[in-house]
Amino acid sequence: MDSLIQNFFNLDIYAQVFPYLLSGLWTTVWLSALVIPLGAAAGLALALGLTQSGSRAVRWGIVAFIDFFRAFPPLVLLILVYFGGPFLGVELGKVAAVALAFVLNNSSYYAEVFRAGLQGVAKGQMEAARSTGLTRGQALRHVVVPQAVKNVLPDLVGNAIEIVKLTSIASVVAMPELLRAARDAQSLVFNPSPVMLAAFMYLALLWPLTRWLGRLEHRRTRR
Amino acid sequence: MTAGDSGFLFTFFNPAVAKQYAPDIAAGMLVTVGVGLAVVVTGTLLGLALAVARALGRRVLAWPIVAFADIMRSLPPLVVLIVLYFGLPSLGLPLSAFAVTWLSLSLVLAAYAEESIWAGICAVPAGQLEAARSTGMRWWQAMRWVVLPQALSRAVPPLTNRIISITKNTALGSVVALNEILNNAQGASSHAGNPTPLMMAAFAYLVVFLPLVVFSRWLEQHWQRR
Repeated sequence: MDSLIQNFFNLDIYAQVFPYLLSGLWTTVWLSALVIPLGAAAGLALALGLTQSGSRAVRWGIVAFIDFFRAFPPLVLLILVYFGGPFLGVELGKVAAVALAFVLNNSSYYAEVFRAGLQGVAKGQMEAARSTGLTRGQALRHVVVPQAVKNVLPDLVGNAIEIVKLTSIASVVAMPELLRAARDAQSLVFNPSPVMLAAFMYLALLWPLTRWLGRLEHRRTRR
Repeated sequence: MTAGDSGFLFTFFNPAVAKQYAPDIAAGMLVTVGVGLAVVVTGTLLGLALAVARALGRRVLAWPIVAFADIMRSLPPLVVLIVLYFGLPSLGLPLSAFAVTWLSLSLVLAAYAEESIWAGICAVPAGQLEAARSTGMRWWQAMRWVVLPQALSRAVPPLTNRIISITKNTALGSVVALNEILNNAQGASSHAGNPTPLMMAAFAYLVVFLPLVVFSRWLEQHWQRR
């Protein structure tokens, strides 16, 4: 028991590494704030292409893109982009490589969510909007997409939570986010307590969001 | 063929390198599939057991189950993996990389499976259980033969997607040197000084997971119509 406290709940070490981990948490937050909107925007574009395009080739291409990146473990994608780029002569910076890998991965998930939302909007909505004189783009923007977003709001939130958690894999390519900061601190103090502290910080950040998501889902099933 | 083309092929699709390291990648595929299957079985069964226990309606049971599910859904799987990897030895339980990956991903899957199955149980009207009980069935018989079949049927599509995204996380095992596809490919790649093994790994993951993704898409469209 003593060794457990010594190695995991060592308050002296917690106090010592807290500021450093806090800077890691900040990196986790801004990295998430960067890749979530980019992925959601790309996913919406893919979903619109999938549901609105008259060309079968376009729709098949989008499905292939989505399935390809859903089958690919994000860590493998990140390592390919990060370590494969230089061999191609493309020197992406660390942030750019991480952002590219994340957007390729999460736009596919967002595309599936938005597709389900768009397909859930009754056809008559578009027809009615067009009959009032709106162009197709206007009808999508002001009538169809807002309803689609409302339909799948819990899934959009759930996806965002998954992405915040996923930023932890950027530690593998030495991005100084929360997990990486904890691992670095761990090797400095020869004690795994910093990793446990990082786990508490992830919980502090994400548990409230997970609870909120639960309430959103609950409200949807009751509707 | 221009020099540039052959340079690209030599770098990313080098036949000599590919041939040399193909056995490593194949061995990694076996480990990935093995851990993946083990995680699916234990994670789903544990999730089912937790959901049924929660359905008993005892607060002493429900509260810890909800806390477990919330925590495991809020923590990044890689963090769970690393905490267990460093934590279990200090509890006197030294575990292999295989066992740690299996255990941590099973716990994560169990949390999501519990939530999906619990949502399925909640969606079955209470009258179903009451009617079954009134025919003389015991609680667990009514659960087993009346409630669970309907609940699981609802839980299958979300659970399938979750199972795929969690089994893909077996790649995280590479961080604790589990000899699965990614770990073997990275080793081979730095040994050969050439990224061809990484491309082989990418291909190997597609071979394993693309059929699952296509299957889940099919399942989502056809499941409800049965």
